[in-house]
Amino acid sequence: MTTTTSPAPYRRPGLRRLRVLGQGPMFAVSVAVLAALVLVALLAPVLAPYDPEALDLASSLVGTGADHLLGTDQSGRDVLSRLLHGARTGLLGPLLVVTVSTLLGTLIGVVAAWRGGWADTVLSRSMDMVFAIPGLLLAILLVTVVGSGMTAPVIAMAVAYTPYVGRLVRGIARQEKARPYIEAYRVQGWSGWTVSVRHLLPNIAPTVLAQSAMNFGYALMDLAALSYLGFGVQPPTADWGAMINEGQSAVQQGAMLPALAPSACIVLAVVAFGIVGEGLADRIAKRER
Amino acid sequence: MTVSAKERTAVGGPVVPGLVVEGLRKRYGDHTAVDGVSFSLAPGASLAIVGESGCGKTTTVRMLVGLERPDGGTVRLDGRDRSALPRGRAERLARAREIQMVFQDPYLSLDPRVTVSGCLDGVLRLHSGLGPAGRRARVAELLDQVGLGAREASALPRGLSGGQRQRVAIARALAVEPRVLVLDEAVAALDVSIQAQILELLGAIRREPGIGYLFVTHDLAVVRHIADEVLVLKSGQVVETGPAARVLDAPQHPYTRLLLDSVPHRGRPLPGR
Amino acid sequence: MKEQRDTTPVLDIDGLDVRLPEDRAGRPILDGIGLRVRAGESVGLVGESGSGKSVACRSVLGLLPAGARTSGQVRVGGRDVLAMNRTELAALRARQVAMVYQDPRASVNPLRRVGDFLTEGLRASGTPAGAATARALELLDAVGIRDPRGALRRRPHEFSGGMLQRVVIAAALAAEPALIVADEPTTALDVTTQAEIVALLGRLRAERGTGLLFVTHDLELAASVCDRVYVMYAGRIVETRGTDELFDRPRHPYTAGLLACTPSIAAGAPSPRPIPGRPVSLAESPPGCAFVARCAHAVPRCSEEKPVLTRHGDGLAACHRAAEGITL
Repeated sequence: MTTTTSPAPYRRPGLRRLRVLGQGPMFAVSVAVLAALVLVALLAPVLAPYDPEALDLASSLVGTGADHLLGTDQSGRDVLSRLLHGARTGLLGPLLVVTVSTLLGTLIGVVAAWRGGWADTVLSRSMDMVFAIPGLLLAILLVTVVGSGMTAPVIAMAVAYTPYVGRLVRGIARQEKARPYIEAYRVQGWSGWTVSVRHLLPNIAPTVLAQSAMNFGYALMDLAALSYLGFGVQPPTADWGAMINEGQSAVQQGAMLPALAPSACIVLAVVAFGIVGEGLADRIAKRER
Repeated sequence: MTVSAKERTAVGGPVVPGLVVEGLRKRYGDHTAVDGVSFSLAPGASLAIVGESGCGKTTTVRMLVGLERPDGGTVRLDGRDRSALPRGRAERLARAREIQMVFQDPYLSLDPRVTVSGCLDGVLRLHSGLGPAGRRARVAELLDQVGLGAREASALPRGLSGGQRQRVAIARALAVEPRVLVLDEAVAALDVSIQAQILELLGAIRREPGIGYLFVTHDLAVVRHIADEVLVLKSGQVVETGPAARVLDAPQHPYTRLLLDSVPHRGRPLPGR
Repeated sequence: MKEQRDTTPVLDIDGLDVRLPEDRAGRPILDGIGLRVRAGESVGLVGESGSGKSVACRSVLGLLPAGARTSGQVRVGGRDVLAMNRTELAALRARQVAMVYQDPRASVNPLRRVGDFLTEGLRASGTPAGAATARALELLDAVGIRDPRGALRRRPHEFSGGMLQRVVIAAALAAEPALIVADEPTTALDVTTQAEIVALLGRLRAERGTGLLFVTHDLELAASVCDRVYVMYAGRIVETRGTDELFDRPRHPYTAGLLACTPSIAAGAPSPRPIPGRPVSLAESPPGCAFVARCAHAVPRCSEEKPVLTRHGDGLAACHRAAEGITL
């Protein structure tokens, strides 16, 4: 019998170093950051001092002060209020992407692993094909067909992320399927469906969850990039990616905050999701031993 | 066990009770793992399949319980063929009640998420038709039969020792009330003192309901104490078969002799001592 | 308790304690271990999982569990391993003690040729390449590898487990060590291969006068390999004596229990009789004899006072009732 290395979650090249942080005290800090982020998104209408879309051209590019804690942008909108509301679109998009891609990828991965044979071949090849298309390109293509807004990027990203989940799930499900406890369920006479859904799936779920947490950060980054490029959420809706775009010209006028604040939020969120994902993956690996 | 007319073999001959395996064959690529293995196991009898790693002993029993598909040959229990894929739930469950299996590694053969009583209750829900109260009573009975108590019942596998886990695995197989119990190196991973406990337990279980044992083992010393019959496999083929005492005391085939001569034991000093 | 001998033993473990920090274990992993191997002697160390036999045999190479505190001495050729610095330990492992592990695949780099694996130690200690290769061929021949020249060019995956274990033994012999420590060297192997490897170890020991410490859970195997056997239970040595005497007249109830529960292949052998209960875990710290809960001969004193190893017959036993001559 050949020994195979355990299938590892997909990690973006630039974010691989987060693996070390996931094992340290930064894990707890990141969990707290994410919890705060979710709270902010939920409570944005209560917390925001101003209407995020209210124009006030008279007070354009006001610096930080008592009236506007983070100043205003070129259109005189309160940066803090836009940031708080931006957390809603910022988290909602990735949430949809991750939910859809996790469900779809898990389904494909488990079916491919459980059925094996031609089903595995067809599903794996299909995933490889989708895998070969860059997600951002797919999104831009879809935007040109459907039109800009959140729908097209979310659908495109969900499709693009599915093979990442699918490949991982297929790998660990194949490994798990060969374990004697799963074989014991089969010998007991449970149907393949019951064994794979009721017994195998819960045992691989933690690993999938870790990948989903990482994917959440990646999706947040990708969607922000699309809005920055103008393919995503359209003005005047508050969105971090779009805010960077809008704040760019202000930078030339010496106002850093309108672009810098949303950038910082994106980095914070992406890193926090990455660390939490790595931390989960590490804890699962330790429990397996 | 009475045999009804419709359970007769397709050939129409008289039904041989127990497990009958004929010409079993399995290939992986160009390697023949199991090459025409035939044997039978009378109800309540005990057969040991012995051989070294790669001889095909595990592949053989995996085909019996349906974890591998044979490329050729037949497997019958009381005349009912079980070589083809089961058709539907009823047949699947009927087959499960024919043969159950205990795996080698007790650390991998129990679902890490399910408590001991949950594990047994699940099997009973599938097979017994008992209500919750009836199942609870039966779970307690099964645990008692394998020497476990209330503390172990509520434990997860990780809270149990290797020997305790193997007792759970045995109880799980017995819950189905199978005709034949396959034990695939079931004591090989245990410490000697624990191994003897499990062997004693298996001996006690066998005395009661007349369940047939199929031991897969590499350990000939264990065979002496648990098997009525022995089947020696080499490269997927049967090289010798017969009553355990006869095969162990007067082996006919040179390979059986080699296996026996290799068993370390006191009073047979090896070169250099 | 020094015995009058003109040769110093190749291995002399004396009062070895190995303890983990309090929060990680309730009792010492090793508790006052004493063990001796003389040149050319084959000594068995037998115990079940958790008995401490592997920790004891690794200590011979100066390998100890992380965070462990030790006291006592592990003398190899008269020098204390526990007091050695990094360089001395490296020299010890390269020249004086060779270790053969359970899984040969885990102790050989899978990517390198067997020839490199065999000659690297020799080359590192200054043997010229040509001489090192000649020596490797000689060693492969000595461990019974047909076509040694071809074997040098092959990689580990081209060998069966048994053949690879021979290669590991050949590498162990390369530096002509005074002591070979074999930790369950045949557990992963088939029974026919086991017999070959055990015969090989025995022959090499007889020919070269190397001391052999053979660690195993299998009493029958120890009996077929060793002149003398130490039996370990819960981190202590409970009995030691010559193999025949140990089998014929065990003085410790655990030894007797182990003998009775090991299935014997001999015709007419009684059925294995299990020892009730299970071994004490590292978390448990019984005040008296660790075996008391499983022992049929226990008296109140056994659960109060730890028995010490004392001389009974030609060996030692740690049992309060060993002197009473109870029939075990």
